[in-house]
Amino acid sequence: MGGLLTVRDLTLRFSTDEGLITAVDGVSFDLEPGEVLGLVGESGSGKSVTAKSLMRLNSGNARYGPESRMHLHLDGEDIDILALQGARAMRKVRGDIISMIFQEPMASFAPAISIGAQMVEMLQLHRGLSRKEAKRRSVEMLERVGISEAARRFDQYAFELSGGMRQRAMIAMALSTRPRLLIADEPTTALDVTIQAQVIDLMKDLVREFGMAIIFITHDLGVIAQTADRVAVMYLGNIVEKGPVADVIRRAGHPYTRGLISALPKLDDLDSPLMPVPGDIPSPLERPSGCVFHTRCPVAEARCRTVIPETRQLRSGHRAACHLNAADEVAL
Amino acid sequence: MTDVAVAIRDLEVHYPLGRRLFGTAPVLRAVAGVTLDIPRGAFFGLVGESGSGKTTLGRAALGVAPVSVGQIRVTDSQGEVFDVARLDRETERRFRRRAQLIFQDPYTALSPRMTVRDIIAEPLELMKLCKTRDEANARVREIAAKCRLNVEYLRRFPHAFSGGQRQRISIARALVTNPDFIVADESVAALDVSIQADILNLLKQLQRDLGLTFLFISHDLSVVAHTCDHVAVMYLGRIVETAPPRRLFATPRHPYTRALISAIPSLDPENRARAERLTGEIPSPVNPPSGCTFHTRCPMARDRCRVEAPQLRVMADGHLAACHFSEELAPPGTTEPRSSQGAQ
Amino acid sequence: MAFLGMGKRVALPEMTSEEYFTAGQGRLIWQRFKANRTARFALYVLAFFVLCGIFAPFLSPYDPTAAGRNADYTNGAPQVPKFCDVNGCSLRPFIHGTERTRGPETNFRWVTVQTEERTYLTFLPRVAPYRLFGVIPMERRLFGAEEGFVHLFGTDAQGKDIFSRTLHAVGVSLAVGTMGVLISFVLALIIGGVAGFFGGWIDTVLQALMDTVKAVPTIPMFMAVAAFMPESWTSEQRFFFISLALGFLGWGTLARRIRTHVLAERTADYVLAARMAGARPFHVIRRHLLPSFTSYIIVDLVISFPYMVLAETSLSFIGLGLKDPVNSLGVMLQNTTRVDVLLNYHWYFIPVPIFVAIVLAFVFVGDGLRDAADPYSERR
Repeated sequence: MGGLLTVRDLTLRFSTDEGLITAVDGVSFDLEPGEVLGLVGESGSGKSVTAKSLMRLNSGNARYGPESRMHLHLDGEDIDILALQGARAMRKVRGDIISMIFQEPMASFAPAISIGAQMVEMLQLHRGLSRKEAKRRSVEMLERVGISEAARRFDQYAFELSGGMRQRAMIAMALSTRPRLLIADEPTTALDVTIQAQVIDLMKDLVREFGMAIIFITHDLGVIAQTADRVAVMYLGNIVEKGPVADVIRRAGHPYTRGLISALPKLDDLDSPLMPVPGDIPSPLERPSGCVFHTRCPVAEARCRTVIPETRQLRSGHRAACHLNAADEVAL
Repeated sequence: MTDVAVAIRDLEVHYPLGRRLFGTAPVLRAVAGVTLDIPRGAFFGLVGESGSGKTTLGRAALGVAPVSVGQIRVTDSQGEVFDVARLDRETERRFRRRAQLIFQDPYTALSPRMTVRDIIAEPLELMKLCKTRDEANARVREIAAKCRLNVEYLRRFPHAFSGGQRQRISIARALVTNPDFIVADESVAALDVSIQADILNLLKQLQRDLGLTFLFISHDLSVVAHTCDHVAVMYLGRIVETAPPRRLFATPRHPYTRALISAIPSLDPENRARAERLTGEIPSPVNPPSGCTFHTRCPMARDRCRVEAPQLRVMADGHLAACHFSEELAPPGTTEPRSSQGAQ
Repeated sequence: MAFLGMGKRVALPEMTSEEYFTAGQGRLIWQRFKANRTARFALYVLAFFVLCGIFAPFLSPYDPTAAGRNADYTNGAPQVPKFCDVNGCSLRPFIHGTERTRGPETNFRWVTVQTEERTYLTFLPRVAPYRLFGVIPMERRLFGAEEGFVHLFGTDAQGKDIFSRTLHAVGVSLAVGTMGVLISFVLALIIGGVAGFFGGWIDTVLQALMDTVKAVPTIPMFMAVAAFMPESWTSEQRFFFISLALGFLGWGTLARRIRTHVLAERTADYVLAARMAGARPFHVIRRHLLPSFTSYIIVDLVISFPYMVLAETSLSFIGLGLKDPVNSLGVMLQNTTRVDVLLNYHWYFIPVPIFVAIVLAFVFVGDGLRDAADPYSERR
């Protein structure tokens, strides 16, 4: 396997006072170096939880399923993420190889430490650079992400920057250690459209320049269409469909993906009615039996209520988990 | 003359920033001179980025923002005219019946300590619109059904509901007094995509069925384009362009509108071309740029823009834009604007 | 984006989902509180001590003052009731008598347990009439000895029964705490509420007042208060005065918290929604603002309670608060500081763990309530 990351049967439950709540249920995917994988889903779909588990950042009551496997492959080295023990070992997936950026940039900056000091500390910790070298690299990175007067910003605090600048500074910090994998958790959701466009452009440039892989988490299919190579659609902790982004958007194989697409207001056709996905997302405690989507599925049949659908190949690299695809395939 | 439900004239809303012992405190001009007519029965969209003053404008139209200059007149379906900036206690009571607000965040807009029935019935009880409790209950059930809320749920508390259902409760509360002017402030922004369409359709349907006039505030041009019959674009407290959505998208006459349109991420993965991107961010409304406030980010700004503030000019029927060089603007998706002199 | 995230919309055990959905705030808090085992246990402990304090006159076998002293058994060791001894077993618990002699050379006191002699315990014995809560006339106590005295926790230098004293002390300390908390609560609610709701210069002035009160150094202040208290005051007067002083000095923090709450909630969407519904300020405060933080206030009160008890205790401990004839936990603790107590009379320390248990119980109940009270808290 030449990939960077393999995830197999990742199952994650949270033990709460009210019992185990399933957040991720048997999720598998691969990631090639330099590839951008979009992870799309609504709230409660488990997309953030999945990404955080790659850095083992989920809270103490997280219980991984016995079959779960997560491996990083790096220059012939194989890292079993779930086997990592202790802070020192975890540092590998927390900053050395994987970095993360968040929706709310204030979350990744300590409020009382200047941006520069934090970047220098990161570089010293993860890359063993000297203080001087680390500072040089940090300023360079801040300049690279389009922060003007980087040398001055270096000594500023996160709260002194505007929203867009903060997002840029966070990206600079995450990329300064040259991670192989960047997890971007809704990095543009809180931004205005014009700023979102700037940040998306920046990230596209950086992918090309640094060649790292990105897991791009968002609820916005448009953002995915603009950034990702492949996309995985999540619903209630399952990946219901994955494949090359153009293929998934044009020829969606799962009714949920189709529903998400038709629910989006489209600019090129203002007359097309908005088609909501009927019903509400079930509570995590009331996970539907069979296919998790059957409670909202417009084409659900009797077997969908009882039988969990298998993931089937639709086209090359395009897979979906729906009973009705077998028939579709024949029709194709 | 069309029947105008809401007429806003030269509206300015200023917020003093902090208190100064000596000298005058700096002033935030959240709304800086807006003139706007909303026809009766319109679904009027107001678009802008954060800091554009769109929320303040919406609140001012409901009489809950401090109006510094200008006038807002809301005419209800019975023909009563409310001078919203100067409401006395008695007129305010009547006005509240007629004009209501739907909030953005369905989680903070509902009192967590009240049942759904009590939340929806509160305006009825406060305005003493129902003589008996049974009458109020009947009205609550009626409006809940209109908002597609399960009547069984009325005994429940808000904590039992998901975002979409809460938003329906919020809508039901706003509509229970039979208002005819509704301000919906980012009312679908906090919802999941699959639910968002449902709430938008509901709002549209209610507007048609009940003959409401909507001021729909949103940061999302694509949502506005799909639901509204008229759109106004705001930037730094001013309206820079207003037109029917189809016209606005086909031939935007303000570079800001054009940039907003091109910034919407396209669903087509093949269409990853970078249309012109705005550089920089929206300046602080405390210290707005001189002349045309957009000149600091405008790709076609010239010397004139730095000194002279453009007025809204009529471009076509129902299409106004505030740009000195509207005529030079190419439709979105085409190449650079014809003139690049003085840009950057 | 916030769908009811993980653990927010979780049905609690013993509740069907419909019950959960229609449950009011109080019930939800109670259900969540019950699910917290530590807090529930602490609540039982607390309830036990509160009942002990309230029913102290009935539960304790003797009057805690000099009136109930056992002059023949001063500084006596605890007497543990037994069912069996060398002479066989009995169904009724009994204690052995003791005899005290003084060694002629050293004048040192020797106590010998008379294993031959049994004094049986009696239940609900008729005693000298007393009044429970100062009103209900009673002439029986829970237990006593058939003849003479029984001292479960031993006696002090005057022969007063430490068990009886401890029970009364629990009651007195809780009462002082309650008074103090109530006074400071009323002050905090009014001052903090006004400051938060009206803001502006009123807020500035009231905040300055809060800071002033908080800035007053406690010990010198209490020394002044103690000096002010005339020697001639009865113990009831002292008791009342101490509660008052605690209350008037303790409201600062709570007032600030209430102010912050009002300030934060005042601009909440649902308050604007109420305004849009035509609500006047009074309605907003009563129907929306107060209910939105009653749970927090209750929690704050419970949490501040042990500090009141502690304050009373430390005051009495350093000799500025209540004085010996009155019983309070502080007085009981103060008695443990004498050298001969440390060396010889270790049973004086029995109130200490009880005091610690009460404070801890308050803290745990308060913590549990706080966790349970926030309707949208993350439950991780």
